[in-house]
Amino acid sequence: MTTLALHSALLTRRSVTALVRQPAFVAITLVQPAIWLLLFGALFETAVQIPGFGADGRSYLEYLTPGVVAMTALFSAAWAGTVYIEDMTLGVMDRMLASPVRRGAMMSGTIAYQSITAIVQTAVIIGIAYAAGARFDRPFPGIVLTFTAAVLLTVVFAALSNAVALLSRDQNALIGISQLLSLPLAFLSSAIMDPQLAPDWIQTAATYNPLDWAVVVSREGLAAAPDWAAIWPRLGALTALAIVMSWLATKAFAAYQRSV
Amino acid sequence: MTHRPATLVADARTDHSPWAVEARDLVKTYPVGRSKPPVRALDGLTLQVRPGEIFGLLGPNGAGKSTTVRILSTLSRPDSGAVRVAGHDVLREPAAVRHSIGLVSQKPSAAPLMTGRESLEMAARIQGLGRDAARRRTGELLDRFGLADAADRLTRTWSGGMNRKLDVAIGLVNRPAVLFLDEPTTGLDPEARAEMWAEIARMATVERTTVLLTTHYLDEADHLSDRLAIVDHGRVVAEGTPDSLKSELHGDSIVIELTDSAAGADAAQRLSRVPALVDVVHEGRTVRGRTDRGATVIPAALAALEQGGVEVASATVARPSLDDVYLRHAGRAFEAVAS
Repeated sequence: MTTLALHSALLTRRSVTALVRQPAFVAITLVQPAIWLLLFGALFETAVQIPGFGADGRSYLEYLTPGVVAMTALFSAAWAGTVYIEDMTLGVMDRMLASPVRRGAMMSGTIAYQSITAIVQTAVIIGIAYAAGARFDRPFPGIVLTFTAAVLLTVVFAALSNAVALLSRDQNALIGISQLLSLPLAFLSSAIMDPQLAPDWIQTAATYNPLDWAVVVSREGLAAAPDWAAIWPRLGALTALAIVMSWLATKAFAAYQRSV
Repeated sequence: MTHRPATLVADARTDHSPWAVEARDLVKTYPVGRSKPPVRALDGLTLQVRPGEIFGLLGPNGAGKSTTVRILSTLSRPDSGAVRVAGHDVLREPAAVRHSIGLVSQKPSAAPLMTGRESLEMAARIQGLGRDAARRRTGELLDRFGLADAADRLTRTWSGGMNRKLDVAIGLVNRPAVLFLDEPTTGLDPEARAEMWAEIARMATVERTTVLLTTHYLDEADHLSDRLAIVDHGRVVAEGTPDSLKSELHGDSIVIELTDSAAGADAAQRLSRVPALVDVVHEGRTVRGRTDRGATVIPAALAALEQGGVEVASATVARPSLDDVYLRHAGRAFEAVAS
């Protein structure tokens, strides 16, 4: 095993261990997406009957599930940087940076941990959706695409959150930025409502919104007749963005060390 | 105090300098605001640490001790100056340096939701030890620091003293050639502090590690250091063994406490005219001086003050302490600046 992979694995395990030792936190992590799914599902149940709503014969719950998967991934990942802030408040960050641990491993360790969380949350959401009566036309490759999109979206925003943590070194700034970003991204997308029914500018915004890319990849993948022309470019864009964001965030370590 | 023969450090073979740590003319400034001049944390700091010794960096908060440790341990870069640690250039080969050092920063560095054993084992594996070697080293350090009984409890349930010991154990996990201890006993109760002192003295011998420790406790520097440097305003103002620094101040030190702090300047002026009393300085209601003849100078000093109508609360004669060394080199009393 290379040093990078070993260090990533050790750091991922550290975070997972810390998570399972906080059962209350695990419960919140799992209950929150369930609440969204059932609450939005009930609230907008009749939305699919609006003329022009692109549900393609699906129930609103079936339409909504990919949206809640992506929203959950985004909202969880936006908090990723808090681990770094805690490490900075303690001496953990200093000790790590003065040890042979690779910067890339410190980044990929937290991202891998967030990805594991995203996978568990996605599984729980799909499970609850099934239990509530949702049925998907093409579980394969739809489910695989759903998990892939959730993980890629997680990488993008966990890296962004880590970079903000390293540059701001401040919990409040991190919370502020993630709040500022998360809700607009969720609503400027097809997560809970078909943008065809919204003003043009929202449709345009959704085209450039990584959260919407993830939603479309998942929803099209689960459809009876997947629109591959919609899936591939978005999947590619998500992958490219995930790589670029991780690389930039790793660069932020250098900026952090210059500032302290 | 522990005096040990200088032992060769692990990387001494590749090192052409005889020092375990060498810093030359370090300058480091921090920007504070748009229109304000930057703060000069280090202003030409130079120091040399011999392999195997415990070297104390003594000074008040803000003197530049922590900044120095951050630069020596690769965390921060100086604006200018040269640094070598364990035979490697810190600025050019930070990765090599990181393999040869241990850093115990002021803040706790073990994850509160992990057990002591887990934290140590993980640190050992990051340092490149295999699974079995990491387990052995962990067991060894837990025993050494008396943490074996608590090893499998989450460290957030540990006392401050135990957590501090774990921090030091983590710093030692890779058998570093140089161990940096930044304020190792700050925040510890007296009992835990005494234990930590014993631990530091012992580990320098057992582990053959060069120790560079920073402290703002005079007694700590006096007790632990083979050699020490007094740092003030980002520079080393005095360097040597605690004994040699103290013996540089020949004679006794005299401390006179006044009842009224407003009389300080007047009293100092009167006392500086007393024969055989030199280096008179005042701060608040305390006036200090040095003399070779404490017994005869005290009556003369008190007479001079009485003549001037200055009321005296107390007068003491003492052998010089590191406090006096500090006063001499930094130009002000230590307690006044160490908050």
